[in-house]
Amino acid sequence: MDLPTLIFFTLAALLIGASLLVVFLRSVVHSAMALVAALLIIAVFFVILQAPMLGVLQVLVYAGAIMVLFLFVIMFLNLTATEPWRVAWLSFAGVSALLLGGVLAAMLTETETPADPVAATELFGSPEMLARSLFNDFVLPFEVASVLLLVAIVGAVVLAKRGS
Amino acid sequence: MGTLPLNYYLILSAIVFSIGVTGVLVRRNLIVVLMSIELMLNAVNLTFIAFSRFLGSMEGQVAVFFVMAVAAAEAVIGLAIVISVFRHRQSLDPQEMQLLKW
Repeated sequence: MDLPTLIFFTLAALLIGASLLVVFLRSVVHSAMALVAALLIIAVFFVILQAPMLGVLQVLVYAGAIMVLFLFVIMFLNLTATEPWRVAWLSFAGVSALLLGGVLAAMLTETETPADPVAATELFGSPEMLARSLFNDFVLPFEVASVLLLVAIVGAVVLAKRGS
Repeated sequence: MGTLPLNYYLILSAIVFSIGVTGVLVRRNLIVVLMSIELMLNAVNLTFIAFSRFLGSMEGQVAVFFVMAVAAAEAVIGLAIVISVFRHRQSLDPQEMQLLKW
């Protein structure tokens, strides 16, 4: 087993472990911390797959801003009640998720995929390439995304305002 | 290190996506359900990036960029709804939210 394969499987095991912790830890804060770990490992995968710009955005936006928001809400609500597990529902959901994972994995193993990656240039995945593609072919979606964020800000203020 | 087969990345993200689905089905705390949805979105992002790398096209990365923007908006709105629901009911159990259930 060569080094890239070894690194891949180590990171994959860490990612799956962190995702399982997100779902199965009892405390909400612990779940959030496990989610931060999972998001950081996904950022490492982005960098490995030649998307350094998106790796940086992943750390800043996801593991940074969004998770701070989650933790802020958790502390704001100060939840103390522990949630009860229901065994029947748990086993049903576990079986269906296993089925989904099995079907997806089987389909993906069967599918013809390009074996050799296209030779990527130095620039591939750089901020320049991303910006060029964003501002040439995707200008309209980009502007729509900015309007969406504005609507989200206003909506959050209206929803969370006391006595509305 | 992109010389690993594409299938590895696809199967990894399929597994993470299934774990996220389990979280949405099993957990009875709205905040953890939202976090599981973030996990599923990230599994899909990983698929986008893997395809973008292996097909040598930037469209996948642009898609991930937009998914991140939409996920940020979704988290903000979702958490605002969580706060407002908690004010009304003092509980975050989705089982108790059945006002619209017929």
